[in-house]
Amino acid sequence: MTTLSRILPSARGLLHKVSVNNVAVTAVAVRHNTTKTYGNLSDEDRIFTNLYGRHEWRLKGALARGDWYKTKEILLKGVDWILNEVKTSGLRGRGGAGFPTGMKWSFMNKPSDGRPKYLVVNADEGEPGTCKDREIMRHDPHKLVEGCLVAGRAMGARAAYIYIRGEFYNEASNMQVAINEAYKAGLIGKNACGSGYDFDVFMHRGAGAYICGEETALIESLEGKQGKPRLKPPFPADVGVFGCPTTVANVETVAVAPTICRRGGAWFASFGRTRNSGTKLFNISGHVNNPCTVEEEMSVPLRELIERHAGGIVGGWDNLLAVIPGGSSTPLIPKNVCEEAIMDFDGLVAVQSGLGTAALIVMNKQTDVIKAIARLMEFYKHESCGQCTPCREGVGWMYKILTRFVKGDAQPDEIDALWEVSKQVEGHTICALGDGAAWPAQGLIRHFRPVIEQRIADRDAAKAAAAN
Amino acid sequence: MLQAGSAVRGLCKAIRPSAPIVKAADKAMAAHALPATLVLSRSQSNKPVVADNRVEVFVDDIPVMVEPGTTVLQAAAMAGVEIPRFCYHERLSVAGNCRMCLVEVEKAAKPVAACAMPVMKGWRIKTNSEMTRKAREGVMEFLLINHPLDCPICDQGGECDLQDQSMAFGSDRTRFLDPKRAVEDKNLGPLVKTIMTRCIHCTRCVRFASEVAGVEDLGTTGRGNSMEIGTYVEKMLLSELSGNVIDLCPVGALTSKPYSFSARPWELRRTDSIDVFDALGSNITVNHRTGEVLRILPKTNEDINEEWLADKARFACDGLKRQRLVAPMVKDSKGDLRPCEWEDALIVAATALQEANGSVAAVAGGQADAEALTALRDLVYRLGGQHVCTEEVFPDNGSGTDLRSNYLLNSSIAGMEEADLVVFIGTNPRYVVLVLPCMSPTPGAWCWCCLVCHQPQHLGDSSATVEQLCAGTHAFSSKLAAAKRPMIIVGQALLGQSQGGVLYAKICQLANKLRGSVEPSWRVLNVLHRVASQVAALDLGYKAGVAAVRQQKPKVLFLLGADEGAITRSDLPADTTVIYQGSHGDAGAAMADIVLPGATYTEKTATYVNTEGRAQTTLAAITPPGYAREDWKIIRAISEVLLCVFNVVAHEEPMNVMLQSVGAARVDGSAVLRPALLQLEDYYMTDVVSRASPTMAKCIAAVKKEKSNRYHSK
Repeated sequence: MTTLSRILPSARGLLHKVSVNNVAVTAVAVRHNTTKTYGNLSDEDRIFTNLYGRHEWRLKGALARGDWYKTKEILLKGVDWILNEVKTSGLRGRGGAGFPTGMKWSFMNKPSDGRPKYLVVNADEGEPGTCKDREIMRHDPHKLVEGCLVAGRAMGARAAYIYIRGEFYNEASNMQVAINEAYKAGLIGKNACGSGYDFDVFMHRGAGAYICGEETALIESLEGKQGKPRLKPPFPADVGVFGCPTTVANVETVAVAPTICRRGGAWFASFGRTRNSGTKLFNISGHVNNPCTVEEEMSVPLRELIERHAGGIVGGWDNLLAVIPGGSSTPLIPKNVCEEAIMDFDGLVAVQSGLGTAALIVMNKQTDVIKAIARLMEFYKHESCGQCTPCREGVGWMYKILTRFVKGDAQPDEIDALWEVSKQVEGHTICALGDGAAWPAQGLIRHFRPVIEQRIADRDAAKAAAAN
Repeated sequence: MLQAGSAVRGLCKAIRPSAPIVKAADKAMAAHALPATLVLSRSQSNKPVVADNRVEVFVDDIPVMVEPGTTVLQAAAMAGVEIPRFCYHERLSVAGNCRMCLVEVEKAAKPVAACAMPVMKGWRIKTNSEMTRKAREGVMEFLLINHPLDCPICDQGGECDLQDQSMAFGSDRTRFLDPKRAVEDKNLGPLVKTIMTRCIHCTRCVRFASEVAGVEDLGTTGRGNSMEIGTYVEKMLLSELSGNVIDLCPVGALTSKPYSFSARPWELRRTDSIDVFDALGSNITVNHRTGEVLRILPKTNEDINEEWLADKARFACDGLKRQRLVAPMVKDSKGDLRPCEWEDALIVAATALQEANGSVAAVAGGQADAEALTALRDLVYRLGGQHVCTEEVFPDNGSGTDLRSNYLLNSSIAGMEEADLVVFIGTNPRYVVLVLPCMSPTPGAWCWCCLVCHQPQHLGDSSATVEQLCAGTHAFSSKLAAAKRPMIIVGQALLGQSQGGVLYAKICQLANKLRGSVEPSWRVLNVLHRVASQVAALDLGYKAGVAAVRQQKPKVLFLLGADEGAITRSDLPADTTVIYQGSHGDAGAAMADIVLPGATYTEKTATYVNTEGRAQTTLAAITPPGYAREDWKIIRAISEVLLCVFNVVAHEEPMNVMLQSVGAARVDGSAVLRPALLQLEDYYMTDVVSRASPTMAKCIAAVKKEKSNRYHSK
């Protein structure tokens, strides 16, 4: 189970920290010494032990790392035992919404009406800044295959469909190899692992639409239709893919299930704060010295996460402008908030943001924050499916306003208009894309309103000067 | 007898994702080039046992008891509160995409889409709260930012949902400062005009096309702000129900091409009437201005056409203005028809009738009304004539047309929803009676068009198949015998052929046999007529078919709107005087010696009986052009000239009942049952009005051209 894979990068990160920002290291050390803190996950407690692809990703390597170990026993312990372990672990969905996984899986255990049930794995990782699932799929695919089997057993599913985004060619390729190996070794398929349980795993490659990461749009796409979210109710647990009960779960959620079952829900729950337990893959990108994906304990302080693993901010901590803490859909938080922010569900809600996919996008003071948010809005405008009015019209409108904000070509009262438009989109759409598009704009106005106002004033002044 | 291409396209699919997807039936259908007998079956719909499991909800504090599963919007409607909507339509599946119907539900964090959200017990729905109001205002603002401000030149102006609702729920100013989106128009053919910049993407037209019309031609392409409604590739909307998307479109994106820039809704006068282009008797509203019919719209009748209308009924109205007979005409010495005064024409006609010495016969066409039919019948009988006939053929063996149930759609149109198995014999319902409703097995999912049932099966295309069915030797017979509420629908391709009488009698026997095993009130045998006048004519004692007239060779033949060439000059002796009374200068007028200009259905108050035997009245919307007059008045005037007294009991024509042993009759097995209307281009011109319609001519040209389009699926 142990690995050396994390040692080198950590050490390198540490060196960076030491060389670049002595102050930060001191601060972290102080925090550790005083109160109960989270973070600095030890190698023994890592679930994804081949995150960096230093080792063999095929079945041989997976077996060496402890995957597929006593999977049969887990399956034979039965549905209730697995569900209980997952519930005890306090695992919450890793795809962004953070719904309690044990509860979600137990929705599938209603009396059968004869329809088959399906597990759909959402591997359409499209959230800007997020790159955790791809690491699992290309370097540890057997974790996911085994996870499908365990999760599928927990919900009595006949098969799992892994919906992987089309751009992930190599990941899809590795996944398929892993599935083939597992079939060949009798781990899945008829009488999976010799447990008497029949379970198939299928791969389905998407065509590169962000919206297909939304669970009902993903189901539509899987059925061969346009990826447009469905109305809920009926929820997928009642009417999902091909009209059958379905649970859609994130890759990471599914992939951690076997380890939880092997090491116990209590072990997993021992990490992080209550209701935010477990370990988590964090992606740190942007203006850090060492952008990386790292498995860390939940509730790790944002600053420690950046400084310990990502080598600190380019230009030092004081050069930090803002961080988008959970993938592009979450509102950004400025430096002063980052100082004390805790990287878990509740900790980030407390600072009016969200954990989302735990993908940190770090922006230092050389960033044009308006332009950054305008670029994100362009992404949402491009990826909106166009089905429902507020998202189709509202996101395009917000993009147009923000584009003018970049140049300051606007009236100051348009800042309020943008705020109201974002509120008109939020909560009024069929799916969460509208919310995800509205929040970055709201975060910008909440924390950087003076910057926008200054930009408008500067442009007005320049125009006045030119006119004279 | 049913063309495969159109049949397969007409099939409805399970709309709800919960229903299993059945594709095998489609494939099986596609394999046949020319299916003759089509069977549609669907699973038994078990009606829920009535029990009061209703739940109480509160709409603006008004308590209402509703069935579980009722949507918020329906519950509000029950409480008398209307929730604004664009995409929701009660006869289409729920899309929930316009978001106009968002309402607040107490204790819910977000407003819910009323059209899609089923109510829960005790919900308190607030349709006028601050949250609801703001949500509506927001959606309305979004809908308007990219909607062009071209209401002054928009044909939808005055009857536009967006216009009305923006007045009611919108703001009076805009905050949108950027350029608006523009979208390229699509070419959907000669009937539907598109101005796609106005589209608000409600997808009603897309859902109508796939769920009701059975064509998957419409859809959305592109994403987000660049999403467009269209036909994917440039092609015509090949459906005979295409005009309904105009009514469905809540804005001016889809408007009527023939009617474009003609009138404003507030200038129009509206007269409720009945459509006569087929035997369905669809309810319509004739929109007219200054004595001119400008457009025809459907009028809701739940028992007949719901709220749909076929393209011919909707768009052929421009044929009412062309090729009209506007003055009486009599042949001069050179043999040319010359316009004359009514007085002259009536005297010439009366003289001819009187001099015929009882050798008088009449043939009625497909759009003759019951009043004119009665007057003509009485006139002919009074003069001693024996034969009043219809152009349309119906078998006269067995009990023939003596029994009314022999020639009606006995189960009624709405009753088709109850059927669990339908066998179409010798008819293509798609083009004969367009909007024949049927309910799909999925509760709540309404489907229209002709072929709406599930798992259609092609039984054969010859009369031998019918014989096998009747004898019970066909592979399908067991299924038919097992059906609880089977319907056999017989059409003109069977009735009109030489063996039709024998085959029809056999089908009657089969139907009688089946009735033994179904509930007593259920009627198995149904006849689907082609023309509007037929049932009334048979009711009034007209004989179907013109064989008797051909035999009799009358001295005077009176044609009442008979233009389909059932009888021609060559069938008659040279000295026969032909009197033609009708609205259009067509085949009938061309062979006439005396022409009496009549009125069309929009110009007279008259009775028509539809294929299910339902008598309905048209109302005169405008006056007939020129010297044309209402038909019964013309006949009445002739009899006045003849000094006839009408209130004498008319002669009873002894019915020629042939008590023939049906079982012993043999049928030539090679007879092919092939309906006349198999292709879309066949559909548009079937009578004098549609033949005179430039719009219908354009439709035929467009369909023919479309078939050479490389994207056209054969």
